[in-house]
Amino acid sequence: MAGTTIPASRGRFRGSTALRDNLAGWLFVAPVVIILGLFMLLPILMALWVSLTDWNGQGSPFRSGVPFVGTGNYTRLFTEDGLARQDFMTSIRNNIYYVAIVVPAQTVLALGLAVIVNSRMLKGKTFFRAAFFFPSVTSSVAISVVFLFIFANSGAVTSLLGVFGIDGPDWFSDSRGTLHLLLGAVGLVDPSAPPAALTGGGPFGLSWWEWLSGPSVAMTTIIMLVVWTTSGTFMLMFLAALQDIPVTLEEASMLDGAGRWQRFRYVTLPMLKPTLFLVLTLGLISTWQVFDQIYVMSQGNPSKTTLTPAFLSYQTAFRSFEYGSGTAISFVLFSIIVVMTLVQRWVMRERDGGSRRRRPAHASGRASARTGRS
Amino acid sequence: MKHSSVSRNRTIRNAALGAAACAVVLTSAACGSGFDDPAAGPTQQTSGPANLQILIGSSGDAETAAVKDAAAKWASANGASATVTPAQDLTQQLGQAFAGDNPPDVFYVDASRFADYVSVGALEPYGDKISNPDDFYPNLRTAFTHDGTFYCAPKDFSTLALVINQDLWSKAKLTDADVPTTWDQLTAVAKKLKAVDVTPITIGDTRDRVGAFMVEAGGWITSPDGKQATADTPQNLAALDYVQSLLKDKLAAYPKALDAGWGGEAFGKGKAAMTIEGNWIKGALQADFPDVKYTVHELPAGPKGKGTLSFTNCWGIAAKSKYKQQAISFVEAMTSADQQMAFAKAFGVMPSRQSAKDAYVKEFPNDAPFVNGVDYAQGPVNAPKMDSVLADFDSGIQQLSSTDPKALLERVQKNTQAAIG
Repeated sequence: MAGTTIPASRGRFRGSTALRDNLAGWLFVAPVVIILGLFMLLPILMALWVSLTDWNGQGSPFRSGVPFVGTGNYTRLFTEDGLARQDFMTSIRNNIYYVAIVVPAQTVLALGLAVIVNSRMLKGKTFFRAAFFFPSVTSSVAISVVFLFIFANSGAVTSLLGVFGIDGPDWFSDSRGTLHLLLGAVGLVDPSAPPAALTGGGPFGLSWWEWLSGPSVAMTTIIMLVVWTTSGTFMLMFLAALQDIPVTLEEASMLDGAGRWQRFRYVTLPMLKPTLFLVLTLGLISTWQVFDQIYVMSQGNPSKTTLTPAFLSYQTAFRSFEYGSGTAISFVLFSIIVVMTLVQRWVMRERDGGSRRRRPAHASGRASARTGRS
Repeated sequence: MKHSSVSRNRTIRNAALGAAACAVVLTSAACGSGFDDPAAGPTQQTSGPANLQILIGSSGDAETAAVKDAAAKWASANGASATVTPAQDLTQQLGQAFAGDNPPDVFYVDASRFADYVSVGALEPYGDKISNPDDFYPNLRTAFTHDGTFYCAPKDFSTLALVINQDLWSKAKLTDADVPTTWDQLTAVAKKLKAVDVTPITIGDTRDRVGAFMVEAGGWITSPDGKQATADTPQNLAALDYVQSLLKDKLAAYPKALDAGWGGEAFGKGKAAMTIEGNWIKGALQADFPDVKYTVHELPAGPKGKGTLSFTNCWGIAAKSKYKQQAISFVEAMTSADQQMAFAKAFGVMPSRQSAKDAYVKEFPNDAPFVNGVDYAQGPVNAPKMDSVLADFDSGIQQLSSTDPKALLERVQKNTQAAIG
């Protein structure tokens, strides 16, 4: 009797503890769950619904009269030949070039700055750290306005180029693609009369020639601005990671006879890999979402060459009252970011595994070398 | 035994989860109860003292103060209250207000956005309830008429005219007799100005300036009723060809190329001898470049005669307003000839009522070219969903010197047809 009751009571006891633990757990996370659900998940789901309708911005999108168009807003962005697709693809093209230049440039620059600021030789470290970090803590709108002045036709940059006898472009009104200019300068093609093979056709309503334009001159100024402002933030991350690298490791590699470059390539860089991943991920996400610089500096002009999906989504929804199209663009942008991040994670993870496999060999080799020497 | 306790455990956990999920759903549903308003049907009207919300896209402090004064006067005379709010970004704020089902009672509606608002049923068609509606210039009435219904009373208007810098003009030994009245004369004086190293003309790089040439050539983007696309016509092509030739021969330059945000700035800085701008340039020059001596003339005529563009706002009343009657009375007070003259003196706009024309010209004789323009002016495109099409046209105009005008017009034609449908 006793033998049967004890396990039962123990079981009941255990069950109720687990239940109480569960309840307590849920209670503790409830505020966050409710806040996230109410202010993030729910609005996202509501926006998803809007992207499936032709809601015109009058009254609620959740009443019966709102026309449901299914995936019409999405297919219009990809399959129908029209202005909507052309604008969207132009914005995607602009953003691809933007990401392709900004992400590597800001990462390399941030790493370089961090290495400089971290070096033991440098005097006045604090000053340089503050100076490099300064753009990151300044409002992006303020910096954008300053850049508007710097790159004005009679601004500092044009005057500086003038000193060297270079006739600078009209930065913000120049819609020519830099890749076009480059190809023209090399003599491969004539930008004013592009080859028919390229203008004839291309994917998604833009000709190959348009896809291959490169960032416009106006876009390059925004690229410079963003590289300059964000590299400070990322420098700080690299700096923190650099300071975490044990000095003994560097000393060990020096004893092994590694030169300055080898030390950086085979000791510092592998140790920075997690930070590198973080910086690249954050960089990818923020560059695909670029909005405020565009809004302040160019509004998509000249000739739509600084149009980005984020700005186009805003413009479509709040200027043209096509809320369905606008939200559809933002969901496509969201999926682009997710896919890009997954791809990047996959690429980085594979290499990570490889180096981890090699590390024991290195360590043991080094250990034996040291013992051998001592 | 063990099994049953585990499963019971699971059931309880599921129940708890379910309850939590229900709670979230219920909260959201409660939040959503406001959504289930009747889609159609007239809005409940409230009589008696009103509390009017007025949202204006103000040009500056002078306008805000003048409208606030006028609103206060109306409110005290009618025992109501009226709150005037200047918008930071009128289009966006209105969009949000309509989406939130809580629009202001009265607000400015730009003629270029009018069709968008009408097509979604946001505006109350009260135009003919205002006293003496025929007194408004016919051009402006057309701008706010949709399917034969006159929706809202024009607030004021502006037209484009040719502004000439006197100093640069005389530098090229030109006199008042040389003021161009045709395209040929315009080209001729431009060449003389260029010979003395002055940029002859600066034109804003949008359809809102270049479009004036299309009107002078007898063309426009849409048919007068806004139902047909008429972009791809020989008239429009002639206009764009002419502007392109001016740009290519360096007889004209866009303001950006002269390091200015708009034509008035380039003109005020003395970087161009002529510009095509509206009457707002008076205030801008007075504020920023008070030393510039200039004269204003009607735009030179094109192949089809005189032409210019008009820009106007109307006093829109929300279809969802609770105080429509009172709102109409408010607009009535704002659009009386006397009140319009008061606004004209306060912040330099031109009255939309023909009966105020004489008083205005007497008060501001230099503005006659602007006022006269209304007789042959073309209003903004009066068709919904055209915003992105026109933005695309603008981006073509921005690179007009290097594009084929014919291809550009074909593109606008195709896009306009798709938008008007």
